[in-house]
Amino acid sequence: MKSKFLGSFLVNGSLALICLFWTIPTFGLLVSSFRDRIDINQTGWWTIFPHKEWVTAQEITPDPSVDRNGPMTLGGVTATFEQFRDGIDQNGQRYIWIGNRRIGHLEIQNYRWTANLGFTLQNYKQVLASGNYTAILKNGTTQTMPGDSMYRAFLNSIAVAVPATVIPIALASFAAYGFAWMKFPGRKMLFALVVGLLVIPLQIALIPLLRDFVTLHVNGTFLAVWLAHTGFGLPLATYLLFNYISELPRDIIEAAFADGASHFTIFTSLIIPLSVPALAAFAIFQFLWVWNDYLVALVFIGASPTNQLVTQRLAEIVGSRGQSWHLLTAGGFVTMILPLIVFFSLQRYFVRGLLAGSVKG
Amino acid sequence: MSTPKPQSTANRQAGLGIFRSIAALLPLVFSLAALTWGFFFIRDLQSGANVAPQLVLVVLAIIWGVGGIVLLFTTANFFVEQLPDAWIRRLQPFIFVGPAIIMLGWALVIPTIRTIIASFFGDASIKFAGLKNYIYIFSDPTLLVMFRNNLMWIVFGTSFTVVVGLLVAVLADRSKFETIAKGLVFLPMAISFVGAGVIWNFVYAVRPMGAPQIGLLNAIVTSFGGQPEAWTAFFQPWNNFFLIVIVVWLQTGFAMVLFSAAIKGIPTEIMEAARVDGATEIQIFFRIMIPQILGTIITVTTTIVIFSLKIFDVVWVMTGGQYGTSVIATQFYRQYFTYNRNGVGSAIAVVLFVAVIPVMAYNLRQFARREVFK
Repeated sequence: MKSKFLGSFLVNGSLALICLFWTIPTFGLLVSSFRDRIDINQTGWWTIFPHKEWVTAQEITPDPSVDRNGPMTLGGVTATFEQFRDGIDQNGQRYIWIGNRRIGHLEIQNYRWTANLGFTLQNYKQVLASGNYTAILKNGTTQTMPGDSMYRAFLNSIAVAVPATVIPIALASFAAYGFAWMKFPGRKMLFALVVGLLVIPLQIALIPLLRDFVTLHVNGTFLAVWLAHTGFGLPLATYLLFNYISELPRDIIEAAFADGASHFTIFTSLIIPLSVPALAAFAIFQFLWVWNDYLVALVFIGASPTNQLVTQRLAEIVGSRGQSWHLLTAGGFVTMILPLIVFFSLQRYFVRGLLAGSVKG
Repeated sequence: MSTPKPQSTANRQAGLGIFRSIAALLPLVFSLAALTWGFFFIRDLQSGANVAPQLVLVVLAIIWGVGGIVLLFTTANFFVEQLPDAWIRRLQPFIFVGPAIIMLGWALVIPTIRTIIASFFGDASIKFAGLKNYIYIFSDPTLLVMFRNNLMWIVFGTSFTVVVGLLVAVLADRSKFETIAKGLVFLPMAISFVGAGVIWNFVYAVRPMGAPQIGLLNAIVTSFGGQPEAWTAFFQPWNNFFLIVIVVWLQTGFAMVLFSAAIKGIPTEIMEAARVDGATEIQIFFRIMIPQILGTIITVTTTIVIFSLKIFDVVWVMTGGQYGTSVIATQFYRQYFTYNRNGVGSAIAVVLFVAVIPVMAYNLRQFARREVFK
């Protein structure tokens, strides 16, 4: 009995540790995205929780006539600038000089419980805005900075992901039916091609495809990305749907044939309705894949400012303003929100897709 | 399938059929023309100064893409069904699989061949260079780093993901909190590599000594009296390791889901029998569970090996491949898009391709054994 209790404690304890490790990074980002930009840069996000730290109780700005090179008497304590700068602990209080020698001031701090609360939506407003955005900071000053057009990029990502999900499904479901229920010369060989292409690295196809798109004058447009994702998603789509469609009960389909139905009728009125779970599984898979993709967008949309997707915008902020954490955190969540919603609402189908198609790299 | 018609009817039909067939071809020609016209129409909506609103483009794209495919199938099928029965049986399968095969050919097969050819040519793709590009890749010291790093990715990335994924699956299987624990570990699967890069960049953020650390890792390190460290930059070659952690974090959920399903598939009688015989949990794990789910372990391992081989986004966003973190895919991008070295870039892509050939062969062998194709 005792060892059983200990075992369950060990199991749940280590599981909790792993879950904590898995959740904290995302949680930190989420919390930070709502904090004032000054706060983000001065204190860790975990200080929003109650903790003990030195909190300023009183500020003393010394008279300009005070000689800052010699000992000064401030708030009843006499010390040099260097000593004040390092902080003096006396009577349970800390006397610390903030700022430089000439225009700084002294702060008297108490060690007590505090929490750095105070949240704002301005980070989100700025990353979403196109054009300039003027933020009002916590200390009362304003700051005007260009917005990051994330709202536009968000719409662009939808514009890319929806057709890039639907078109390959349409193509692949026809092909999957053909491979599963029709006999023709070359059937085995052509399906072997599909299986072989499942793990092919995209990189091998990028450059020639880019050339074709340049020739067709579609480079930099959504059309190029739709076509590329259609091609890259097809092997998995065909393979997954084939697995499902080929295992539909044979007698249903043979009964339909016996009633004189053609392949085309059987496909549209029997196979498609029966395959909805598999279609949904692949749709979620492909949607998340396209939404989260960076390489294909980088190559085929490139620097075109109007057509960039959320992943590109976010990567651009990382590259150009990698220390602007208020933008990075908010921007990060803008890119994540839709996949997280899709993921949570349709997780069942997504898992099914993973289980069926785990051969893809 | 329809029964063969008497000979005489079939002949008469064939005679009439010529005219009928030509007439029946018209809708197909029309739909092909419409599809082509739609392509240029949508293309021109996006070029030039006036870009159409995204919503209009999405709707048009779906109408064009899905509607076009359905139209093409319907008209092609209509045409084929006017032909004699023997031809219907011969041609109809290709209406179903043809468009997908053409798309695969254009988007993957032909480009692969073109890239292989380009890899034997100079950077302008005019002068034949023989093996020069390959010799360069395998001898240039700055490029050789990428092989070392990819090896690190494959070895550490894969083993950590598999081990942690298996651990979570086994632990969750015995816990009351299975659903929530699996959900939390699985969650990062929905996040892009770029997003994950930002999340972990924030964990790794570094401030000068003495300033308050806003990155969790350095805050922990300094609170124990350590020095703040730029984990992904100057901490070589361990910085690769800090990048690998990100991807392990991201894809452990994938491994876990597959392992979890496999563990639940193990017949309970086997486990119970072992317990009755007095086997410890550790023995059950290594002697029964592992052999039972070996197939899944192999699948997950190959998937993640391929994944690690192609890794790009995380490295590109976090370090740009600098500080000795470049991998094959980032070098491919840099050589081709930054340095305009078509030949070298293509050769790197071919190396990547050759590396996955064993997996391709394995998949094909598994496929050849399948019942449906015998």
